Amino acid sequence: MKDKLKMPQKQLMKGNEVFIEAALQAGCKFYAGYPITPQSEAAEYMSKRAEDFNAIFIQAEAELSAINMLFGASAAGFRCMTSSSSPGISLKQEGISYIAAAELPCVIVNIVRGGPGLGNIRASQADYFQAVKGGGHGDYKLIVLAPSTLQELYDLTMNAFDYADYYRNPVLILGDGILGQLVEPVELKEYHPILDLPSKESWVLAGCKGREPHVIKTLLLSPIDLLVKHNIHLQQKYEKIKQELSLCKEYKTEDAEIIIAAYGITARVGEEAVDIARENGIKAGLIQPITLWPFPDNFFEKHKGKEFLVVEMSHGQFIEDVKLSLECDGAFHFLGYGGGWYPDTKQIVQKLKEIKNEHRKNT
Amino acid sequence: MSIEKTLKDTKMHYCIGCGHTTVHRLIAQLIDELDIREKTIAAAPVGCAVLLYNYMNVDVIECAHGRAPSVMTAIKRCLPDRFVLVYQGDGDLAAIGTNETVHTANRGENITVVFINNAVYGMTVGQMAPTTLPGQITTTTPKGRRIDREGYPVRVCELLATMDGPTYIERVAVNSREDIKNTKEALKKAFQCQLDGKGYSLVEILAMCPTNWRTNLKDSLKFVDKMKEYFPLGVFKDVTKLFF
Repeated sequence: MKDKLKMPQKQLMKGNEVFIEAALQAGCKFYAGYPITPQSEAAEYMSKRAEDFNAIFIQAEAELSAINMLFGASAAGFRCMTSSSSPGISLKQEGISYIAAAELPCVIVNIVRGGPGLGNIRASQADYFQAVKGGGHGDYKLIVLAPSTLQELYDLTMNAFDYADYYRNPVLILGDGILGQLVEPVELKEYHPILDLPSKESWVLAGCKGREPHVIKTLLLSPIDLLVKHNIHLQQKYEKIKQELSLCKEYKTEDAEIIIAAYGITARVGEEAVDIARENGIKAGLIQPITLWPFPDNFFEKHKGKEFLVVEMSHGQFIEDVKLSLECDGAFHFLGYGGGWYPDTKQIVQKLKEIKNEHRKNT
Repeated sequence: MSIEKTLKDTKMHYCIGCGHTTVHRLIAQLIDELDIREKTIAAAPVGCAVLLYNYMNVDVIECAHGRAPSVMTAIKRCLPDRFVLVYQGDGDLAAIGTNETVHTANRGENITVVFINNAVYGMTVGQMAPTTLPGQITTTTPKGRRIDREGYPVRVCELLATMDGPTYIERVAVNSREDIKNTKEALKKAFQCQLDGKGYSLVEILAMCPTNWRTNLKDSLKFVDKMKEYFPLGVFKDVTKLFF
């Protein structure tokens, strides 16, 4: 298979290969990474596939080096990507802060595993706060996308490069160990930009031939309010992104008396749980944010006053944003554990039953 | 060709007697002489030279502490026909960025590293550097560097010269007219090494830091002579002739 796809074709692929393939199709010309379970197949696949696309692959000596290579590649105007799993993403946070500060576009994939510390190599969603609240030092935001299927992973990876270039901001794809290891058919679509992408000429580093030198820097010492102004500029950009980017999926929420809120792979389990719950006489629905930052508040607001069951593979991180989006006046229930716990439909339905029973008792 | 072309006509923030000023001028002169200003991309380090872009009329990227070799690896791989210059101090290159330094050299990346060794942390005002001499007083070694506790000064040229990756490695100094002349020659060889596509080159420059050494100008020149005893000058690796 060469670089250009003739027409949409379905292929059985592993998650860790899917986002690499999508990146290459979207014109990613630089990848640097460091092996870590459960996402090592990404670098392996890229090492094989990069040549077909005239892309550069570097196995970096460290996660820090990999993210800083992205800092350079992006400054040179190249579409670039790195991927890792939780402990590796922690190491990258220094570089991510610099990249966000310098407003350089790039795409980072986190195939989340159990933590804290070395944790384990099971899937997890415990890096939610790190992903959506900044992660490194300073006031900055990443655009965070949460696919739940490999098709979404493929499509969102392509879109991620457009968001990154359009907003000059790093984009994080928040997956998990299941998504990375999952094998399922994916329609390999041709890349078409979804946004009117701006030229990089005004800032890119390529040597100053025929123009004034460009400087990419994050140290803003003087005048004294320079950094304040830069931060205000960043916040204005984040506000603009908030206004423009809000992706969310809903399933049977219209008549739902209780709505499961979940993202990523957990939402997939939640969707099936909705159907089983309904067979059991519980009118359940599912709300699944695709953009975790910006959080799709507008979708949640419509369900104000309804009861929610928040399911996540962590001890209550995602639930905070769900509560915030509803200004804390809904009824919230929680089902979540860290460390390698996976939700199954039985547990979710059982929880829904418990909630319903409690209502009966109370009325 | 005038030296002002690459060097901006502006006052530098460096202290009187600081080695950076001299090295900046030499680099700017060479960039002009080789006529590579318009294809140069330089890395400004964390440290006193972070404001490099205020003095050089070239594209500059300011890198995190220690990470410049990785940043510039990527830029050179993406834009192989550009001239990529990495400017780093001792703390940056040989402490927080040792990993990046060693592996970038080991990959033989076709970039040029200018390494300012003044045996002290300048920007943070005088703490021990990886190259601080045994017995040297700094703000974190108030009784002098103890080798049984703080270890030995790191000899970067000797370390990197053991590897197969690098092409050209030399140590020079800037505490005399003769030394400055030699430094320019060494930098020219290193620049040429990259321009000829021959791979990784590094020039370590023993430089003065009178402010943090708490020395007057004359004694700071003498201190560099003392540094030369621990850090001997010379070419540690040169395989440029193996390329055709």
